[in-house]
Amino acid sequence: EVDLEERLRELDLRSDSDIPDVPPPTDSTPEILKKALSGLSARWKNWWIRGILTLAMISGFFLIIYLGSFMLMLLVLSIQVKCYHEIITIGYRVYHSYDLPWFRSLSWYFLLCVNYFFYGETVADYFATFVQRREQLQFLIRYHRFISFALYLTGFCMFVLSLVKKHYRLQFYMFAWTHVTLLITVTQSHLVIQNLFEGMIWFLVPISSVICNDITAYIFGFFFGRTPLIKLSPKKTWEGFIGGFFSTVVFGFIFSYFLAQHQYFVCPVEYNSETNRFVTECEPSELFQMKKYSVPPLLQAVLGWETVNMYPFQMHSFALSTFASLIGPFGGFFASGFKRAFKIKDFADTIPGHGGIMDRFDCQYLMATFVHVYITSFIRGPNPSKLLKQLLILQPEQQLSVYKTLKSHLVEKGILQPSLRG
Amino acid sequence: QESESENRLDGETASDSEGRSDFGGSSAVPTSDDTPEVLNRALSNLSSRWKNWWVRGILTLAMITFFFIIIYLGPMVLMTIVMCVQIKCFHEIITIGYNVYHSYDLPWFRTLSWYFLLCVNYFFYGETVTDYFFTLVQREEPLRILSKYHRFISFTLYLTGFCMFVLSLVKKHYRLQFYMFGWTHVTLLIVVTQSHLIIHNLFEGMIWFIVPISCVICNDIMAYMFGFFFGRTPLIKLSPKKTWEGFIGGFFSTVLFGWLLSYVMSGYRCFTCPVEFNNDTNSFTVDCEPSELFQLQEYNIPLVLQSVVGWKTVRMYPFQIHSIALSTFASLIGPFGGFFASGFKRAFKIKDFANTIPGHGGIMDRFDCQYLMATFVNVYIASFIRGPNPSKLIQQFLTLRPDQQLHIFNTLKAHLVDRGILGSLEDA
Repeated sequence: EVDLEERLRELDLRSDSDIPDVPPPTDSTPEILKKALSGLSARWKNWWIRGILTLAMISGFFLIIYLGSFMLMLLVLSIQVKCYHEIITIGYRVYHSYDLPWFRSLSWYFLLCVNYFFYGETVADYFATFVQRREQLQFLIRYHRFISFALYLTGFCMFVLSLVKKHYRLQFYMFAWTHVTLLITVTQSHLVIQNLFEGMIWFLVPISSVICNDITAYIFGFFFGRTPLIKLSPKKTWEGFIGGFFSTVVFGFIFSYFLAQHQYFVCPVEYNSETNRFVTECEPSELFQMKKYSVPPLLQAVLGWETVNMYPFQMHSFALSTFASLIGPFGGFFASGFKRAFKIKDFADTIPGHGGIMDRFDCQYLMATFVHVYITSFIRGPNPSKLLKQLLILQPEQQLSVYKTLKSHLVEKGILQPSLRG
Repeated sequence: QESESENRLDGETASDSEGRSDFGGSSAVPTSDDTPEVLNRALSNLSSRWKNWWVRGILTLAMITFFFIIIYLGPMVLMTIVMCVQIKCFHEIITIGYNVYHSYDLPWFRTLSWYFLLCVNYFFYGETVTDYFFTLVQREEPLRILSKYHRFISFTLYLTGFCMFVLSLVKKHYRLQFYMFGWTHVTLLIVVTQSHLIIHNLFEGMIWFIVPISCVICNDIMAYMFGFFFGRTPLIKLSPKKTWEGFIGGFFSTVLFGWLLSYVMSGYRCFTCPVEFNNDTNSFTVDCEPSELFQLQEYNIPLVLQSVVGWKTVRMYPFQIHSIALSTFASLIGPFGGFFASGFKRAFKIKDFANTIPGHGGIMDRFDCQYLMATFVNVYIASFIRGPNPSKLIQQFLTLRPDQQLHIFNTLKAHLVDRGILGSLEDA
């Protein structure tokens, strides 16, 4: 037991360079790729593996988009669970805490609780018609917060009861590690799903912009890179950064133009209770209707046009791409710093040549939150179905007074014609 | 300096006897004696054990008196006090982090911690202010814009801090910096969110603020007394001073206390009415028609108790039934917050969170049980007492598009007609 305490003190107080490396992950490249590339040198082999896997992931992405919103939701959920698992496993390795009593169960239990809470808050709103029909679900929805809190408390009490004399500090570390991981991975994944429900375009354009920025920054850096950008990630260069920025903005602009034409991408996802499926059909909002914009005099000389037909959404795509290129990389630097702090090369070895799922998604996290905040601040107000749900659980007198206020407001604005029948 | 601190950590044996150190025994980190001179002189004749007891007792009374005074002063002062307590708790926990990791000289870190505290507080206060001060906010132009884009502004502020953190990462200190980043965020999660839930409870009605906090305090004191006089069976290895007798005795006393306190408080409007901001007088008012929770009702006593008590019916406030739920939580689950804090102190080998209050330790030591309570009361209110806030719903409605507004209006109308609340031909 003394060893454990000593090791902890050493872990905490020694400077980074004294801490031994975590053993490198095993090579999980499939045999078939290895045989195909056996002729090439190690450097090109690595490049080819990364390239092939990149194409495989992008194709997989397109396939899932084709399969629809429900599959996308499942995909987001699986990625979230895998990212959580990766980060928690790193915590176990760093603290040698595989044998802590209860801890693995508790971590997964907390993941379940927080997911239950979020799915109940957000997804339930979208399935309002489905839920109305079933009594048991009604009960779960009405007391949802209380039930989630009770579940969380049970986990908390189990944690307190599981504290063991020699391992207090370790257990508190893992508790905090679990909670910070939940904060990062689970909340962001639910924001991604909410963005998705707003319209697939709000899911696709941000994610593609981040991926595009990754790839184009790498390519620009490969060909033109000279000035290092930040000490944390020595492979990044200013040339890559700036080149990536401009390419991503152009890519976002063009990609939005194509996506904005199809209802499938533009309409909010709704659940049709008759067919028990998700439908994306609607009257496209004004964001997705072509408008004439006057080209500013500066650009007129360059482009030679006086007006241009664009979708208003493309203006928003500027904001999204700019964020993806300028601030998104900070998520990547954060992850690089984390890997250096804990002396790991990759989060895991799930994807050959790329590392773990977290390695691919580190830049996406800030993006998801940004898109969500952007939508709620600039695009739409509150969610109408959620508002309706809350209205329906008010007391009757409150409902009546709200009804009267709303009616007078609508009449005032001319949206509702005052009539004798009310 | 490092070896000195390591020796300090070594010297503290991980023994469970908190009792020993309480009676003036050797402690790991020598705490300076904060007791004011007056008290020192007055108690100089007593032995050190009773002296400690008296110091604790006097300070307890002082804190309770202080609590009553600020209740008297009103909601605004209460909010300010909650805010100060929150900042002090945050400061205490962050300082412990610094001490544990010897990270005073980390670049930027103290600034960043306070900056994050500011950001998160700005976010929460903005949400609260927007909800409760709606008309005031709409009147003043700069406030209106701040409120409309509130989430975006808060997110931008937070992001700035995040980017500053990333830029401040220094080669030799990566791990330390990540630890402090994690430590700051967990502390914010615990301290700041709970203090804002307390303020929400306060706005619901001062009784929702006072009864829970008093129940936790009562449970603390009663469990201690029962343990002192009758305590024999230890409760949990984490806190050896706690006993089953104290726990159970504390439970029953707290339920009784909550019952009586609710009875007394439910009679007064200033405690039961939601706090509202009056636009004309620009001050807080607590004036309303008491809701049914706070109106006396006749209840039939179950047959079992009739023979014991001798009454057939009893008049009480419905709120008193809820107070049983609140006291039960305060006595049964609240102590887990205390055990969590004890475990935390043992894990990091500290005796108290700080030395702010003589005889008691830091502010966190007094408030560790309150944290779970604040969340519970908030969830309880939201689930069982009231639904959503109607004025907030109206505000949200007004920001929707006209077609959405019409759709919601028609659905609401159909629902009301369905339930017979609105006659279909009524000209409302």
